[in-house]
Amino acid sequence: MSMIVEITLIAVIVAIACALPGVFLVLRGTTLVSDAITHTVLLGIVLAFFITQDLNSPLLMIGATLVGLATVWAIEALQNTRLVSNDAAIGIIFPLFFSIAIVLITRYAGDIHLDADAVIMGELAFAPFRRLVLFGIDVGPRALWTMSVILLGNGLFIYLFFKELKVTTFDAAFAASIGISPVIVHYALMTSVSLTAVGAYDSVGSILVVGFMVGPALAAYLLTHSLKKMIGLTVIFAMVNSIAGVILAFSFDTTIAGMIAVVTGLTTLVVFVFSPRKGLVKASVVRRREQKRVNQKLGLEK
Amino acid sequence: MLNQLLTLFGDYTFQVVALGTGILGLLSGVIGTYATLRKESLLGDALSHAALPGIGIGFLLIQRKELWVLLLGALLSGLLATVIIQVMNRKTVVKLDSALSLILSSFFGLGLVILTAIQNNPNAQQAGLSNFIFGQASAMLSSDVQMIAAVGGLMLLMVVLFWKEFKVFTFDPMFAKTLTLPSRLVEFVLSTLIVVTIILGLESVGVILISALLVGPSIAARQWSNKLGIVMVIAAFVGFVSGVAGTFISSVGTHIPTGPTIVIVLSAIVFISLLFSPKRGILARQIQIKKREKDLMKQLSRGEERS
Repeated sequence: MSMIVEITLIAVIVAIACALPGVFLVLRGTTLVSDAITHTVLLGIVLAFFITQDLNSPLLMIGATLVGLATVWAIEALQNTRLVSNDAAIGIIFPLFFSIAIVLITRYAGDIHLDADAVIMGELAFAPFRRLVLFGIDVGPRALWTMSVILLGNGLFIYLFFKELKVTTFDAAFAASIGISPVIVHYALMTSVSLTAVGAYDSVGSILVVGFMVGPALAAYLLTHSLKKMIGLTVIFAMVNSIAGVILAFSFDTTIAGMIAVVTGLTTLVVFVFSPRKGLVKASVVRRREQKRVNQKLGLEK
Repeated sequence: MLNQLLTLFGDYTFQVVALGTGILGLLSGVIGTYATLRKESLLGDALSHAALPGIGIGFLLIQRKELWVLLLGALLSGLLATVIIQVMNRKTVVKLDSALSLILSSFFGLGLVILTAIQNNPNAQQAGLSNFIFGQASAMLSSDVQMIAAVGGLMLLMVVLFWKEFKVFTFDPMFAKTLTLPSRLVEFVLSTLIVVTIILGLESVGVILISALLVGPSIAARQWSNKLGIVMVIAAFVGFVSGVAGTFISSVGTHIPTGPTIVIVLSAIVFISLLFSPKRGILARQIQIKKREKDLMKQLSRGEERS
């Protein structure tokens, strides 16, 4: 495979793997928790690295996922004190975890080969250089394999627990009454978000992961009322955005992940303005029509 | 040890940086109070990321690292992001959190695209542009501190002048409308104040951590009082102390970055406030619950004795 094909393939797979859990984040209104997770997994990576001293160890993945879950738990514990509002709880926890990670990295920067810049921004163009070698055979870029496994995991999770995810998303009280625990489903979803964030950080960087998760799902949400159609549209948007992003990044000679994030923002904004059902244009047309009708009824206008 | 401390306090760089981060903490404490009370704590997070492309474009236009131009660019792109977020949230079904996440990452992506393009272009003047992402407090000059103090003084003056308007709009926007207050204008002014605070902090604390400065002080202060004026004063104090203490710790130790240290100090103050505040605090509440239980048991046993 040539390098451009490999990069495009990785970009598409990362984009779809991130977008799938994003569907439920957008519907549940918890996208900012994923923003927090994508920042705090850095702490998990750093801590696990101190233990293993190996950047390729699978322990890094486990450590980071655990810290992601700890973030969710800490945010919820703070929210349950009712002393701070929901969003303020997020705004307190994640900068704290993130700061601890940065202090640790800077303090031991001389000893470790771990760069905060790389974690925050990532670089897809370097992904093909990190190869996975099995039994002495080069089987392809490492990122391609890890993200494919994560994509498969996310896909299976949504396929197998579709009913549970759907009912807890739209009516948590009803779900609890028929014996589906919203808490367990919530933490399962957050596990998948954490895993995806960890897997994606070295190709995409932790801040842009949020856009990969939210953008396609939000665009799909603006176009349809059916959950299944929304998932399908999300996958299509993820693919189109990532392919267009890679092409544009190559022609402008700049960061690929950043360009995909820009394209994602643009497509989503276009859908936001022009969506036939829930778009901005439609909403203002409806509002004007209603106003006219009310005015007519009141006799203010003929 | 004492001598070392004395030389540190006498050190010019330390004085400048500590004063700068202290004033920055004070300002974000005051302005952040409005944001947290309106339950828009994370607006600061989104807007700080959204300022990045403005910095890049500012640099592209003049090809020099002129702070005023870069900050003006940051201001414009931050305000553009505010407008998009508010339109998305108000006019359609899009929830605030989705709008924030989308704008945050696509603007930040655009910022990275522009900064990378600048870096690929050989130009000696571009050094230090990526400092805006993580911030570099030690690079603060006394002219920077003067600018922060001047702009901050203006902002505090606005808070005092429009105290009533901001207060009524923060607590009851509907009521504010019935008073024929120009709510859109007030909202715009408040968002501008938030964006300006963020931009003042970009160079020293960085895009990612400035949002913590906006949230933390007011949350800590909120635990100690129910009056807006007092909360704001305490928030300003907490912000100032965290800024100075964070700078102090990072100068005493070796290889400790200033921005993250300030955030850790601030978080410690927040958690102490949450635990120990006399009325709302977690400990006070636990003691109250225990006391009530005891009283109840007493009453019950008294009832049994009577019968």
